[in-house]
Amino acid sequence: MSMNSIRDTFFEECEELLEALVEGLSQMEEAPEDIEVVNAVFRAVHSIKGGAGAFGLDRLVNFAHTFETVMDMVRGNELSVDEKLMAIFHRSGDQLSDLVASSRDETDLDETSEKALIKELEGYLGDNAGADDFSFDAVTLDFGGPVEIEDAPAEESIGERVFKIAFKPKKELYENGHEPLLLFDALAEFGPLKVEADTSRLPDFDLFDPNDAILAWSLTLQTAETETTLHEVFEFVEGLCALDIQVDGSAPVFSAAVAAAPEPEAAPEPAVEAAQDNEPVAAAVAKPAPAAAATPAKESRGPKPTLRVDLDRVDRLINTVGELIINQAMISQRIEELDLPTVAHLTNELEAYKLLARDIQEGVMAIRAQPVKPLFQRMSRIVREASDATNKKAKLVTVGDSTEVDKTVIERLADPLTHMVRNAIDHGLESPEKRDEAGKDPVGTIRLSAAHRSGSVFIEIADDGAGLNREVILRKAIEKNLVPKDAELSDPEIDNLLFLPGFSTAGQVSNLSGRGVGMDVVKNAVQALGGRISISSTPGKGTTFTIILPLTLAVMDGFVISVADQTMVIPISSILETIRPNLRDIHVVGTDSELVSVRGSYVPIVDVADSLGLAETQEGPKTGILLLVSTETQGLTALRVSSIHDQRQVVIKSLESNYTAIPGVSAATILGDGKIALILDPEELIKLDHSTGFDLIPQP
Amino acid sequence: MSEAAAEAVADSQFEFITFSAGGQNYCLEITQIREIRRWTPVTALPHTPNDVLGVMNLRGAVIPIFDLSARFGLGATPSNERNVVIVAAVEGTTIGLLVESVSEILSVDKSAIQETPDIKSDATKHSIRGMISVDEAMVRVVNLGAVLETETGAAA
Repeated sequence: MSMNSIRDTFFEECEELLEALVEGLSQMEEAPEDIEVVNAVFRAVHSIKGGAGAFGLDRLVNFAHTFETVMDMVRGNELSVDEKLMAIFHRSGDQLSDLVASSRDETDLDETSEKALIKELEGYLGDNAGADDFSFDAVTLDFGGPVEIEDAPAEESIGERVFKIAFKPKKELYENGHEPLLLFDALAEFGPLKVEADTSRLPDFDLFDPNDAILAWSLTLQTAETETTLHEVFEFVEGLCALDIQVDGSAPVFSAAVAAAPEPEAAPEPAVEAAQDNEPVAAAVAKPAPAAAATPAKESRGPKPTLRVDLDRVDRLINTVGELIINQAMISQRIEELDLPTVAHLTNELEAYKLLARDIQEGVMAIRAQPVKPLFQRMSRIVREASDATNKKAKLVTVGDSTEVDKTVIERLADPLTHMVRNAIDHGLESPEKRDEAGKDPVGTIRLSAAHRSGSVFIEIADDGAGLNREVILRKAIEKNLVPKDAELSDPEIDNLLFLPGFSTAGQVSNLSGRGVGMDVVKNAVQALGGRISISSTPGKGTTFTIILPLTLAVMDGFVISVADQTMVIPISSILETIRPNLRDIHVVGTDSELVSVRGSYVPIVDVADSLGLAETQEGPKTGILLLVSTETQGLTALRVSSIHDQRQVVIKSLESNYTAIPGVSAATILGDGKIALILDPEELIKLDHSTGFDLIPQP
Repeated sequence: MSEAAAEAVADSQFEFITFSAGGQNYCLEITQIREIRRWTPVTALPHTPNDVLGVMNLRGAVIPIFDLSARFGLGATPSNERNVVIVAAVEGTTIGLLVESVSEILSVDKSAIQETPDIKSDATKHSIRGMISVDEAMVRVVNLGAVLETETGAAA
């Protein structure tokens, strides 16, 4: 391992630690008395500091140290957390994250806010300021008096006790440059320490291997500290030694729980978990944070073993599996073409092959799936910053953080989501005074939710603000010549004007959301992911944006159809039903608009071949099959195709990687015979058809 | 094979594959060419210019096929048994070019490549990187980047 790769690992860990930090801080807000949450936050900061020290990142160490010291006072019950302190903690968390980022990218960061924060933090330190130097010995930070908390386990409130510690280093401990003496020194600061060396395994001088770990120690410590604190002393040698800490005379409370982590403090969770082992999750279960209540509570706290894998490897695997699926389809098709007399066995085996291939694919896709939680957590900072900048009060509520979405989706959603959250605060929420007048809570709520619904991922960004001012929107659009002066638009149509390029609702450009980036950019980003975005707004109640995304970006279920002698695929998720219409159900309106009556209501027909500009081979009254689709912006529409052949899972291949996007076509796939079939985008198709009329939605 | 071949020649030597499109001689540097395939029917794309024939499956990748003759305004390539598709890579994208036929491999010194003189059409000048004179015939070096550029511009 080169220094660089260790450094990379450190920053990867920092990402995780910062996530834990943000999560911990938001939990602290919900349950400030939960000592485990405070511990988790402390540990996150502490671990970042520890790692940063090893790389000589002094600014980071310095800031983390101040932050950690204040946190430790909270932990020691010397300081109670009020709203103001909480706000400082949040900002400190943001600052820490900025410092980590600037250290990683080796860029400069303005020191002003950092210094101001350190000053504010130090304001809380009082006499304790500078009591300890910032080295790895920070574990010696004082716990102060016994902690008096109702939920807290009895152990925490006992006075002085005698601990017996059996410590037997492995060879690796020395190889990693640890020194038992330093650990003993750290322990000695807690109270009177007695150290006995066990030299019984010392061999004859001839057999002595200087590289081996031979000595073991038994230590007796009399202290008021908790067992957790003692374990912290050993946290950087976890897995490198056999450690057994017992309260004298009592049963062993801690033994195997020390995970054999090869890297010290790989993630904050194991440590938290280790601490919880002592008091079976009492605190955690007693106070499920409301924010996490909708998800299987606290599951993320579990130290699930994970594996870091290079993303390229996963993607290669996914591609190969995609090929496997195509190959499987090809084999099926070839065998069908053989027209064998008895194929029953073969068909069974083929079916099994198909299922296995699908299983493998699902498994592989699951590797890429990640919970939206980190993405949502990032938004809490945006909410904080945006509400500060606009002098509004807002809180973030997240629902369904554990919903899993493809990694690419998460990455590509970050910017649009940031933009929308900013928008929601800047344009959506009213000022606290106005909210008060309207009889609302002066603190506005931004609600982020994620859920899996019928094969899609739904992500909602809702505010409880004033709702869209449709009059203003329409006036703006007319001013900017986006719609004709005399246009009569329905409410949803007006709402959708927001997605037009070059539209901004802010009367004056604010430094927050009016940066020339409009909702059209958000819309494009969502569409690039194969998703859709819709908007709904109730005056006085708020606005909700709904992003609907496909579960995976690699496969989908589709109907194989014929359109003007070309084979194409249409996503099954968009189709409500298929109709083989009677000619008398089809009515012509005007010169060429057709309607079909479906159980009494008239639904417009869009001919797919027409809207794709493909020449239909047959003349006369058009037959074919109608696919009833419901779209977000275009409502219920019937798509006419020549015929439906099959329903199957297809692998999505991008057209854009080697060519450009084509209107009405979302991607391509490879059929069993090796030919390419285009995958249609129903919504775009319908828009294409309408594009001859009044053009509400711009064509790409 | 293209890379090995490229290494084998001296730095100043360039290898080109010559082909004919729209009745004219063109060539492409061998390092840009991934493979040469027989023409097989492609899947047509809607809303595309005439010189975009459609897309083809190249071992799992979807690549667009252009009619080079139509692209250079020389009319559609007539269907012929000798028609081939030259698969070329440029700036990270892979495209296929339908040409009438492939002729030979040309190995020339750098100095033999002449700059395109000022001609009437800027578009034509842009699409050709240079010219090579071979046995009194003229071979035009295709500027693959230009083929792609104008393409994306036209289709968007």
